[in-house]
Amino acid sequence: MKQFADRKYIFIGLVVIVSFLYVVRLFYIQIIEDKYQLDAKNQAFRFPTDYPIRGYIYDRKGKLLVYNEAAYDLMVTPKQVTKELDTNDLCGLLGISKEMFLKKIEKARQAPNSPRKPSIFEKQISAKTYAALQEKLYKFHGFFVQSRTLRKYPQNTAAHLLGYIGEVNKNITDKDPYYKDGDYIGISGIEKAYEKELRGIKGKKVIMVDVHNREKGSFENGKYDTLAISGQNLTSSLDAEMQLYGEQLMQNKIGGICAIDPSTGEVLALVTSPSYDPNLLVGRSRSTNYSLLARDTIGVPLFNRALMAYYPPGSTFKLINALIGQQEGILFPETRYPCARGYPVMGGRPACHAHSSPLDLMGSVQHSCNSYYAFTFRSIIDNKKYRTTEEGYKAWREYVLSFGVGKKINSDLPQELKGFVPTVEYYDKYFGKNQWKSSTIVSLSIGQGELGVTPLQMANIMATIANRGYYYIPHVIRYVGDKKYIKPEFTKKNYTKIDPKYFDVIIDGMEQVVQAGTGRIAKLDSISVCGKTGTAENPHGKDHSVFVAFAPKENPKIAIAVLVENAGFGAAWAAPIASLMIEKYLTGKITRAELEKRMFEGNLIKDKDKVEEKKR
Amino acid sequence: MGIYILMIILGWGNIYAAVYNEDHPSILDFSQKYGKQMMFVGGAFLIAIIILIIDESFYTTFAWGIYGIAILTLISVLFLGTEISGSKSWFRFGSFGVQPAEFAKFATCLALSKFISNTNIKLRDQRTKVIAAAIILIPAVIIVAQKETGGALVLLSFVFVLFREGLPVYYLLFAISLLCTFFISLVYDSTVLLIVAISIAVLVFFISKKSGKNLLYIILGLSLAIGIIFGAKEGFEHFPKHQKKRVNVFLGIETDKKDKAWNETQSLIAIGSGGFWGKGYLQGTQTKYDFVPEQETDFIFCTVGEEWGFVGSLFVIVLFATLIIRLVLMAERQRSPFSRIYGYGVASVFLFHMMVNIGMTIGLVPVIGIPLPFFSYGGSSLWAFTILLFIFLKLDSRRLQILA
Repeated sequence: MKQFADRKYIFIGLVVIVSFLYVVRLFYIQIIEDKYQLDAKNQAFRFPTDYPIRGYIYDRKGKLLVYNEAAYDLMVTPKQVTKELDTNDLCGLLGISKEMFLKKIEKARQAPNSPRKPSIFEKQISAKTYAALQEKLYKFHGFFVQSRTLRKYPQNTAAHLLGYIGEVNKNITDKDPYYKDGDYIGISGIEKAYEKELRGIKGKKVIMVDVHNREKGSFENGKYDTLAISGQNLTSSLDAEMQLYGEQLMQNKIGGICAIDPSTGEVLALVTSPSYDPNLLVGRSRSTNYSLLARDTIGVPLFNRALMAYYPPGSTFKLINALIGQQEGILFPETRYPCARGYPVMGGRPACHAHSSPLDLMGSVQHSCNSYYAFTFRSIIDNKKYRTTEEGYKAWREYVLSFGVGKKINSDLPQELKGFVPTVEYYDKYFGKNQWKSSTIVSLSIGQGELGVTPLQMANIMATIANRGYYYIPHVIRYVGDKKYIKPEFTKKNYTKIDPKYFDVIIDGMEQVVQAGTGRIAKLDSISVCGKTGTAENPHGKDHSVFVAFAPKENPKIAIAVLVENAGFGAAWAAPIASLMIEKYLTGKITRAELEKRMFEGNLIKDKDKVEEKKR
Repeated sequence: MGIYILMIILGWGNIYAAVYNEDHPSILDFSQKYGKQMMFVGGAFLIAIIILIIDESFYTTFAWGIYGIAILTLISVLFLGTEISGSKSWFRFGSFGVQPAEFAKFATCLALSKFISNTNIKLRDQRTKVIAAAIILIPAVIIVAQKETGGALVLLSFVFVLFREGLPVYYLLFAISLLCTFFISLVYDSTVLLIVAISIAVLVFFISKKSGKNLLYIILGLSLAIGIIFGAKEGFEHFPKHQKKRVNVFLGIETDKKDKAWNETQSLIAIGSGGFWGKGYLQGTQTKYDFVPEQETDFIFCTVGEEWGFVGSLFVIVLFATLIIRLVLMAERQRSPFSRIYGYGVASVFLFHMMVNIGMTIGLVPVIGIPLPFFSYGGSSLWAFTILLFIFLKLDSRRLQILA
């Protein structure tokens, strides 16, 4: 059969052609086409994020204010979910309906999510559900659990100050590539202000899984994994006990308290009332609770009054005018002005109450004479050295601004507002150019008129006076991290435009206010408290009760401002509250149980509701 | 011989990688497939030695006897065998199974060689053709009855042998074109195909010699083609379900990724993700983590493709091509027609297995379950290929003593 021997070439040719074809095909799928590499990566790898532990927050005495609790998110990659999925089993475990299940899957499919990428299926499942789920997870293709942490607030206090965290929105993810959908970010308070310090740095893991979605360990022994770096712990300057005490005193009242350590600028307490339980704005129920709080338009519990509410400072502002007058050389301790139950030059406006007359500078503080400050204010504005009212007013305004009013203090609290001190332009617009004089705006002399000052700013003014002329920027975080890093801007003295020598007479006057003046109710036996009452007129209703103070007189340890809305005289509510706070902070105990009880039980919101009802 | 040992070692190494399990790293752990395969390899060496010891005349003398035993075994497995994944083709002994279809290959090969090497036989005779076809088709039909179509198709590769021994070339072309028509008619519209078929027939009529005999052939061919075009879909409906699925998937009629085409898609992903150098030994994620089904048997080439990349795949293909070409050249140097025919038979079987197995893993051939010689896991296939190859090696070693 040698005659067909040449046919071996056909056979060999076939072998060569087939082999060649296969090699070409292999070359194509292995080297040219990279789709297979991608598919392989997608199905055999998971890229779970290693979430760092968010930093804890402690108070100045080491008490824990904020910590974390573990929570678990069930993630899904819709493309990997198979038809064999036991939907009933999964729904039963999670306690959701089949329709809900389909809805969630659909949501995970659509933009900004993707069927190929994992997205959150069920947020923050409980530890118990997680345990049950973990056992069956291998059966649920396309599902895996990602652990994360929730914030907890064990002291149940300082809700506004601590703030809260929430899921990032598209705005944030577009702006900052660090944040991915489903991440959490500080939204208000310290959580927002110190987001970068608290959040830490995310880590990334590359984990291999088999066809049953069971984890098979790290890829290449974790060569491509990065560890999460925990966020830094913060030590707040807050005294949790003081904060809570302040909140209790302010119960059923509307207003704010701010207490500062003048020697450092550290905020000891920052109370806003009404407040809420910070634990409400955590986890799954956050959005429900948030809208509930947001709907309360009478109390407006989400509004941080201590930082954001503008109040006319009232008589407390006389202290600043007294200082400016001395600095300008138009006011001396011996200067006496008459009072006729009001400012005599303008026919008794602004009016005043009964007291001996004429008073000197110290006496004017002690008795809070309105007439005295009308004289003083007009002398400052109409000073011969300024050719026009505008110039005089500008000079006065510069002095006021140097106390940290009418501008941002640049504290570490993001919600802080500027306050309001009218500009020349404002008056020009309001009254017309050259249409206003010192007499037109004389209410500024007694802290009324267009002035707007926040409780934080009032307390800062007190700290400035206590320090005889300078302040440290108020801040709520003492140290960042375990190395106790202090931001350098918080250790710098900010001087006012007033010479320190002019402060003593004012401080003596303030001491007299408490000893034998309008603020006698704030008097403490063991400590000399320097204070000033204020009764801020308010176009919307009853006057606001204001009291500012610092103590002790020498080496002051605490400067405080208390504002209670629609509560009448400063001495009625604000002064006792401030006094109790000072006593609590400096002595650690309360000697006036009777007063304390009255403050705790005082319910001004109830009265307010009645007023509101009458109006209707 | 060298290629054989190299292939066995590589094959075992890949099985180790495919079923690699961190809990049982020992290569001799017999609870694992690589442990068992190690045992099979030992057995294969033993078989090889026995074959080399037995006198070559045994194979020529008892060719028909061996063929007869093989047929009987094939029939008996139909009744006594165990059903495994839809195919009733296994004898079970404890945890081990024997697949007689694997051994039918060398038996058929021997019988065919014996028959055609008879000096009075000429493949031009009609009678000879029928008998040769019968030798191939009898075991093939029984194997189809076991629902193991892959194994039956392998036997059809002996057409190559007949072709070498003088079967006119148009039989080969005819067989190939019938197969192609069958597949094409499943995909395309009948009327279009009808027009194409008639056009081809007319064209052939004009360029061929105008004799009555040619005209008869053309008309016959055309009517057969028309029969297939219309009959294919009808007949296809009667295919066993899992095979219908395989064909459908290959033809792209059904493309459900999760279900039917899973094997092929996963196979492509595994091989495609190998890249140029591969992911490294034991580093394949797709194969090691069970994404590729039957990865240690029919889809063993995926492990090669994923872990050794293009370089490794190229090496394996070249290895097979070298083996087959070497077998052809060895067959051609035989003096006795029996040895030559047998040699071609061996080469044909290897070619078919390599072509279909690798072809299906890279998506060029429908998924047909046949193993890759010496690479796929399984004692039956390893031993059957060893017997097949070593009988030829024995014949070759005695070629100078065997008279033409």
